[in-house]
Amino acid sequence: MSELTDTMKPAIARGMRLQWEPAQEAHVLLYPEGMVKLNGSAGAILSRCDGVRTLADIVADLERAYATSGLAEDVRAFVTMALEKRWLELRA
Amino acid sequence: MTAPAAPVSRAARGASPQVGPPLWLLLELTYRCPLHCVFCYNPTEFARTGAELPTAEWIRVLREARALGAVQLGLSGGEPLEREDLEIIVAEAHALGYYINLITSGVGLTEARCAALKTAGLDHIQLSFQDSTRELNDFLSSTRTFELKAKVAALIRAHDYPMVLNVVLHRLNIDHVGEILEMAERLGAQYVELANTQYYGWAWLNRQQLLPSRAQVARAEAVTQRFRERVAGKIQVYFVVPDYFERRPKACMGGLGSVFLGIAPDGTALPCHAARMLPNLELPSVLSADLRAIWYDSEAFNRFRGEAWMKEPCRSCPERVQDFGGCRCQAYLMTGDATNTDPVCDLSPHHHLVTDAVARADCAATATAPREHVLVFRDHRTSIAVVPGEPADVGGPGARGT
Repeated sequence: MSELTDTMKPAIARGMRLQWEPAQEAHVLLYPEGMVKLNGSAGAILSRCDGVRTLADIVADLERAYATSGLAEDVRAFVTMALEKRWLELRA
Repeated sequence: MTAPAAPVSRAARGASPQVGPPLWLLLELTYRCPLHCVFCYNPTEFARTGAELPTAEWIRVLREARALGAVQLGLSGGEPLEREDLEIIVAEAHALGYYINLITSGVGLTEARCAALKTAGLDHIQLSFQDSTRELNDFLSSTRTFELKAKVAALIRAHDYPMVLNVVLHRLNIDHVGEILEMAERLGAQYVELANTQYYGWAWLNRQQLLPSRAQVARAEAVTQRFRERVAGKIQVYFVVPDYFERRPKACMGGLGSVFLGIAPDGTALPCHAARMLPNLELPSVLSADLRAIWYDSEAFNRFRGEAWMKEPCRSCPERVQDFGGCRCQAYLMTGDATNTDPVCDLSPHHHLVTDAVARADCAATATAPREHVLVFRDHRTSIAVVPGEPADVGGPGARGT
């Protein structure tokens, strides 16, 4: 996979679905024959991966939402991992 | 060590917070099936069970289960496409927020139904094949369905469903794993599930014919691994190891009553697919109780929760928290007592029942004489006649409860 850059637009991969589950009080990622229960930060990142926002937009939005800064590296590391796991794919 | 609790007190404890929701709901919509597979896990006495639930009851089950937290939904059977209301059930499930998987032989999946199911909100399709060759596919299912399945695979792809191709492996097809994987790639599957036969239902009747040899399993695993490396990033391949070849049992269902809730065609609620065979387990019906009571309070769903039911060697074993003693149905089928340690475990005093079966399979692999047992195909007439849980081929003691 080529290097993940700030202008790339991650989206939930086709065939996967992200949704909030009240019974589990968590975002879950659903896919054929499986389910991943996400922790709070993973849910916050993935719920912003809509194929429209760039990686830079997502970082900025998270920093605003959590009134913090310096999240870029953590978000990039998570998105890279999620791409490898094929939870996410990149949209043009 | 705690003393075994009475069933009543365990049932009362069932509503406690440590029992999580039934995240995985499987609706076996019908036992009707155009195929007659020799390895089917459906109960051998399926033809003697009650009438199928009507649409309205299935919809009530979907609503109640969703309210409890169910989210992964499998629609299975039999062949679920035999139900003419499948599209209605899918649409309701989609509206409720389920992730919906159709588990099908492909028979009955026309272009029109494929499109209608997509519109209704079906998320993915698991298509079964019996083999990479027409001859064996058609023989094992006792139908002429090979070409039809290939057409259905193309339809699934054309309608943009993620496709899981499922092949149940056993002695008669496991040597074709390389060809099966190439077929899956050609058909455009994103996921391939090579599921070694689990010996329940019809597969139990046919165990001696279906259990592969150790050498066959090792070869198949090696071929699968090479394929995995070649298609990495394109196709996910699951190889479900046949537990007879392991030294520790599978964590069956993640523990009974932990995440899985199955509903049989007649509304019987099942803590595992095969639970109908377990003796003295009064399975509740959705026709006489709501799902919350069934999941949290019924004796059947509480019986094997926790550890109070366990015997030695499980009871004092540090691994009991990982494998929950293995499979209750396998323990019952092989030892006659559902509370025994799964004999797959090499700590079980009954482990020889498994190793003996494997030794016979290894022996048969090298024998030149024709095998004497015939395959029993899953069909209505045989189902009427067969004795539930009767082992077809176990020579040793303890196979049928005394």
